[in-house]
Amino acid sequence: MLSEENKNKVEELRKRYPTSQALVLPVLWMIQEQEGYISEESMKYAGILLDIPFSHILGVVTFYSMLQNEAVGKHHIEVCTNVSCILRGSGKILEHIEKRLGITAGEISKDKKWILSEAECMGSCGTAPMLAIGDEYYESLTMEKVDKLIDSLQ
Amino acid sequence: MSLQPANTEKLTTWKRVILPDVLDLHKIDVYRANDGYIALKKALEMKPDEVIDEVKKSDLRGRGGACFPTGLKWSFMPKNSDKPKYLCVNGDESEPGTFKDRQIIEFNPHLLIEGTLIACYAMEITTAYIYMRGEYGKWIKMLQKAIDDAYTNGLIGEKILGTNFSTHITIHRGAGAYICGEESALMNSIEGGRGYPRVRPPFPAQFGLWGCPTTINNVETISNIPIIIDNGWKWYSQIGAVKHPGPLLVGVSGHVNNPGIFEMPTGEPLLEVIHKWAGGIPGNKGIKAVFPGGSSTMILRGDQLEGIRMDAESLKAADSSVGTAGIIVMDSDTDLIQVIARIAEFYYRESCGQCTQCREGTIWMYKILKRFEHFEANLEDINLLMDIANNIEGNTICALGDAAALPVQSMIKRFPEEFEKRVRQSRVPLGVY
Repeated sequence: MLSEENKNKVEELRKRYPTSQALVLPVLWMIQEQEGYISEESMKYAGILLDIPFSHILGVVTFYSMLQNEAVGKHHIEVCTNVSCILRGSGKILEHIEKRLGITAGEISKDKKWILSEAECMGSCGTAPMLAIGDEYYESLTMEKVDKLIDSLQ
Repeated sequence: MSLQPANTEKLTTWKRVILPDVLDLHKIDVYRANDGYIALKKALEMKPDEVIDEVKKSDLRGRGGACFPTGLKWSFMPKNSDKPKYLCVNGDESEPGTFKDRQIIEFNPHLLIEGTLIACYAMEITTAYIYMRGEYGKWIKMLQKAIDDAYTNGLIGEKILGTNFSTHITIHRGAGAYICGEESALMNSIEGGRGYPRVRPPFPAQFGLWGCPTTINNVETISNIPIIIDNGWKWYSQIGAVKHPGPLLVGVSGHVNNPGIFEMPTGEPLLEVIHKWAGGIPGNKGIKAVFPGGSSTMILRGDQLEGIRMDAESLKAADSSVGTAGIIVMDSDTDLIQVIARIAEFYYRESCGQCTQCREGTIWMYKILKRFEHFEANLEDINLLMDIANNIEGNTICALGDAAALPVQSMIKRFPEEFEKRVRQSRVPLGVY
């Protein structure tokens, strides 16, 4: 199920770790980047690839908040609402996005295009408030910046 | 859209060494042209024990929050081990208010790589993992590029710089778990399991990754190593505060005009950091409260900041701690109950769930604090909250329990009036629950 390129990466990584179990997180990341989420089928595949029981893989997937075991919206907007961000107005930013998208934090839009969630500190306290979409950080947010961002993703 | 190290030359005579003012320093050629990897060369000409001794004498203390002496930690590693030894560099950086490691990775990644190599040489380690928090996808790519360049330049891998020293560095990406910044949970995460902290003893130097001797150091700690080797322990130990010397990356966030990361010697007055380095409070408001080193350090009142300095000893004397030096400033209009409820929510979400006290206690504290926030608490709730916090503290496998209890305890102790005010305004009569 992994692409040839990723399969080669796995073989390279095996040299870096003494056990195959250590490859669980790297392989799950590869699957998620390839497929968008980690299905039960993918977990079984990872288990066979690494010779690790499915139950262990499931345990890992459900422990880490960034690993998704179901399909998420096309754009997953995560707004940090931890202390440094609240102090600089992330509450208003979140409200504004909720209004714009017509969903509240924790929901997925009907067309599956958007998913919005409150997130914990992502290390952007000096450029608060912030939100993240995938690996991309959007920092020092203002209402205008948020509007522009949503418009560009529509 | 990332941060640039702030231009603060006018404030200090300190010449930055961790985040120096050099354009494109993240490129290996620029780094080498600026005396990069000279410290590695110097270290490889020393005996491993001499390197550890140098770090010991420098009095470098860990920058991840615990302030443990780094040289001492290194000396715990067994010398003649028949098992492989490992180094983990902790770049999990998830403590609210902390955003320093990403600056090192963005602006000076080769300093981190050089420090990792020297640490490996000193402890005779051939495998190092840099554990990065999953959210830092962009920074992982930057660091990977720097590591690849170092491999191409013969600085990582087999027979480094023509010596018999060989070591490999691999980035291990986390996946969104605050607890994995705890050293034993970090090791379980690298081993491919759930990030559960381990009971200690045995300590990592005896029984770490895969049961082998392991040392875990923070990104900033490791980045200090080349500086010590370059300039000597004597020079280093004279920077800043006597018992906690060296350059320190201080982060300031919250209600300040100029938030950011500032490199300064340890021991700078906290008020000066807030007012001068970070540009003071917007609207010239007063300071109500400050977390001096991330959200799990004990909160300080705005009127008790005079004389407190940004070093381990001074903050300990003020009944708090330097933590990760991530200062969170709250102005006089801040609703501290909302702040502490949000912090409690964070620890409740991030508790790994192994220990009953932490798993149950953090959610109780969160729920009670939500009652305060919603004007539904009564006077007994203050004691109940303190009681729960006291029963978490010191009774859990790892320090997350303490980290959850300390801000709540210190908030009740230092700001009782905030809780009492909420009770007076409560809409719920006594004994309704």
